[in-house]
Amino acid sequence: MGKMMALLHWIDARFPLTATWKTHLSEYYAPKNFNFWYYFGSLAMLVLVMQIVTGIFLTMHYKPDAAQAFASVEYIMRDVDWGWAIRYMHSTGSSLFFVVVYLHMFRGLIYGSYRKPRELLWLLGVLIYLCLMAEAFFGYLLPWGQMSYWGAQVIVNLFAAIPFVGPDLALWIRGDYVISDATLNRFFAFHVIAVPLVLLGLVAAHLVALHEVGSNNPDGIEIKKKKDPKTGIPLDGIPFFPYYVVKDIFGVVVFLMVFSVIVFFAPEMGGYFLEHNNFVPADPLKTPEHIAPVWYFTPFYSILRAVPPLFGSQFPGVLAMGLAVLIFFFLPWLDRGVVKSIRYRGAVYKTALALFVISFVVLGYLGTVPTNVWGQFGAWLGVAERATVVARIFTIIYFLFFLLMPWYTRIDRTRPEPERVTP
Amino acid sequence: MADSNINRGKRRFLLVATSVVGGVAGVAAAVPFVASMNPSARARAAGAPVEVDLSRVEPGMMVTVEWRGQPVWIVHRTSEMIDSLPRLDGMVADPKSSMPMQPSYAKNEARSIKPEYLVLVGICTHLGCSPSQKLAPGAESGLGEAWLGGFFCPCHGSKFDLAGRVYKGVPAPTNLKVPPYTYLSDTRLLIGEDSKGA
Repeated sequence: MGKMMALLHWIDARFPLTATWKTHLSEYYAPKNFNFWYYFGSLAMLVLVMQIVTGIFLTMHYKPDAAQAFASVEYIMRDVDWGWAIRYMHSTGSSLFFVVVYLHMFRGLIYGSYRKPRELLWLLGVLIYLCLMAEAFFGYLLPWGQMSYWGAQVIVNLFAAIPFVGPDLALWIRGDYVISDATLNRFFAFHVIAVPLVLLGLVAAHLVALHEVGSNNPDGIEIKKKKDPKTGIPLDGIPFFPYYVVKDIFGVVVFLMVFSVIVFFAPEMGGYFLEHNNFVPADPLKTPEHIAPVWYFTPFYSILRAVPPLFGSQFPGVLAMGLAVLIFFFLPWLDRGVVKSIRYRGAVYKTALALFVISFVVLGYLGTVPTNVWGQFGAWLGVAERATVVARIFTIIYFLFFLLMPWYTRIDRTRPEPERVTP
Repeated sequence: MADSNINRGKRRFLLVATSVVGGVAGVAAAVPFVASMNPSARARAAGAPVEVDLSRVEPGMMVTVEWRGQPVWIVHRTSEMIDSLPRLDGMVADPKSSMPMQPSYAKNEARSIKPEYLVLVGICTHLGCSPSQKLAPGAESGLGEAWLGGFFCPCHGSKFDLAGRVYKGVPAPTNLKVPPYTYLSDTRLLIGEDSKGA
């Protein structure tokens, strides 16, 4: 027995190192028919690590103080060696985090990865998504630009719209009567430690849950149903290490190429990743002409704007926006389809999913522009703004995708699932 | 095992009692942390009432003062301005100020204690932008010939009249907020505090 093996035995007697390696990597059997859509889970983990590392180095120079925050970000950009690169990696990372997470979630939608027995896995995933939204929102205040300030003002005012407790709740969140130094300081605390800790815990739980139930696959069938009678290994499973580690490394390389191109050539992405107004220091007495959140929140912002005030309160819009996110939690119980994967679903589900994707994209676009972008209808529609009417239509479609799901998935003409996975 | 000797009732009592006491202690321990996020004594002091000298506000003019970091507008309305308000009753969403956007002493046609002086928080009730002043009536406001004077929010196009009442069909759901205020004398106004005696 070599010295290394002796060391390993010594450790294994005290800590389940080899056992953990086997459970989660060398003897974790994943379906052999993973495709393009299965890159985004590991990429999301990569971006998480990159955000934590770049974030740590940014905190070494950033000052969470209303009087110094904006200048300290410019200091990082101009005076800190490589500061611009670290900052752009962090800002690009936040947008690409949402890109890969949205694609990861879309994968779950098309292959039914949220269905039994993966309901908890899905719920943990939606919690991660909520955490990510909180993380992005808190982080966006930190550069203390005009968009940081007024974006936070608008979002915190959403809480003020909650009946009865709203105004006091908003006051408590801000720690002041307006967005101020107190707000910046606490958002910093949430952004750099509180939310990341929760996020890491949830990601660990997400992985544990995944490795307990096993990965879904593009055919939406359970590989654990067909096992080798001798070894007990799924016939359609291959060990994650080395096969999928190698596959994911290929994905990482391609991703980092895209990432680098953005960081070096288009870090602002034409105002979509870093908004132009955020290069102006926050001014509490002057509102920018047009306030829009960063692109990854705009579908929900559109829904907020689309719902008209009812009973003299804008709470219905706030409620609709909240529900648009929270409704993902109910997906495992809304889907009554016989099959999981889109490969064996019928035209009804495919149409519904296509309409949902179109709604999400159109609402996302409309959220980035003012509501008068397409002008107004004529007097026959009470000179209503065209963009608002379109946003209302797509808001309804967005919700109908979920609310009608128990019915349209049941009447859908599905094809039989195969016994074994197909290439 | 001497299972028969176990007093299960006592065990349950101890379990519930310790859990309840522990739970109460946990909630009590959370109080300082939750309370620490309230506005600090310094922030509260900075939110103290603000005094305004009205003698320097000419009729038809407006001043802006800062109270709790928000712009507060004081408009000295002329009699034409006050007379224009009833004519808009059909065009505004809440002509009688039935929504609680003002202290009870400002729940009247002019939404103020004295009709000549309008006091408003200059923050749009839609999403918190600060509307711009379009006090003068007519076309030069950029809001059309029929405009009778008021405020216009550049963010999402909400319109308010000279009492801060919101027009129908705009994004803002309610009238502009009237802060608590009181007259210290005929020409001195205190913003941020109701009158104690009256």
